[in-house]
Amino acid sequence: MTILEFSLLVGASSLIAGLVGALTGLGGGVVLVPLLSLFFKVDIRYAIGASLVSVIATSSGAAAAYVKEGFSNIRIGMFLEIATTLGALLGANLAARVSTHAIAIVFGVVLLFSAYFSRKPRSQAERGVPLDLLATRLRLNGSFPDADGARSYNVQHVPTGWAIMFGAGALSGLLGIGSGAMKVLAMDQAMKIPFKVSTTTSNFMIGVTAAASAGVYLNRGYIDPGLVMPVMLGVLAGSLLGARILIKVHTKWLRLGFSVVIILLAIEMLYNGLSGRI
Amino acid sequence: MLPERSWTDQRIENLLGNLLRAGVLFSALVVSVGGVIYLLRHGHSPVDFRVFRGEPADLRDVRGIIRDTLKLRGRGIIQLGLLLLIATPVARVALSIFGFAKERDRMYVVFTLIVFSILLYSLIGSA
Repeated sequence: MTILEFSLLVGASSLIAGLVGALTGLGGGVVLVPLLSLFFKVDIRYAIGASLVSVIATSSGAAAAYVKEGFSNIRIGMFLEIATTLGALLGANLAARVSTHAIAIVFGVVLLFSAYFSRKPRSQAERGVPLDLLATRLRLNGSFPDADGARSYNVQHVPTGWAIMFGAGALSGLLGIGSGAMKVLAMDQAMKIPFKVSTTTSNFMIGVTAAASAGVYLNRGYIDPGLVMPVMLGVLAGSLLGARILIKVHTKWLRLGFSVVIILLAIEMLYNGLSGRI
Repeated sequence: MLPERSWTDQRIENLLGNLLRAGVLFSALVVSVGGVIYLLRHGHSPVDFRVFRGEPADLRDVRGIIRDTLKLRGRGIIQLGLLLLIATPVARVALSIFGFAKERDRMYVVFTLIVFSILLYSLIGSA
């Protein structure tokens, strides 16, 4: 295969990954690494570098749209970014030390979890949550626009949320994914932050978290311009397109189909990791 | 929360959101220019990403990338675009420091400075 053919094929596949990722809300990053390493036979370290850069592009590209809705909480985001960026540094450093087989196995397990969480129904926001001393001191409580005016919320369990965020950052740095699902889990389930606030704030945090490990990857020589070019442009174009047609598409079947694809990729990654092919 | 403060928060966030989008689109443009040069020069060579070798030293740090860009090397220009992309969220964090300082929120100025230092360490200090 020539470089031109390879770039066109990888660009087109990345566009589809970005499009489906945006439509299902699961993000394209989670399928990029398996796609590149299993089908295009790219070394998994190059694939992770390319995915990480694309995650920054999609997260930052979508931020403007999310911010206008007025749901994201910049204080929660910034406070938790201390955890995610520290975790990302740890993950990026681990990526250089552990074998590619181990990375493939961890990746397979994380894919299975994402498929599971994509099928899980959203939790309903609890009202009347009491004030938490630490959250109040940290000024994390906020409000968001609701049908009947502004609705305020109180944040809970700050240390637990912080710890999960550290883990989400480490996975992001190790595997080159946004780990958006785990960030939402920390905010929505552990810290009792309303779902809409959690998802938009998580999107804001993904770019900063990925940037923290991307610097390490760049310095290590894991970011190959020839590979990242079609991946980043394809995913960005796909996700921008996806954001435009989001309202018109029935996402139920798409989500189901996408989770089946994720499970198949998970099995393939586990098999290749355990048999030492990756 | 005071309505005045939440209004300022919202205004800062709108500004930051637009900055992020502009940064991403600009870096995508730079990557595309580099990509066209790269494909015109090397498009017909065989591809090889199977074996991990790591990038050459000039594509790993800011100075090397700028040197390659000035020589109009396709791979150097793509890498410059990627560097701009990585710098976009870092710029957003840097601007948040001023936003919180303007609101006289000392605690969050400190938090934001911590995040900013971690990002700078990753980009510059981790080599």
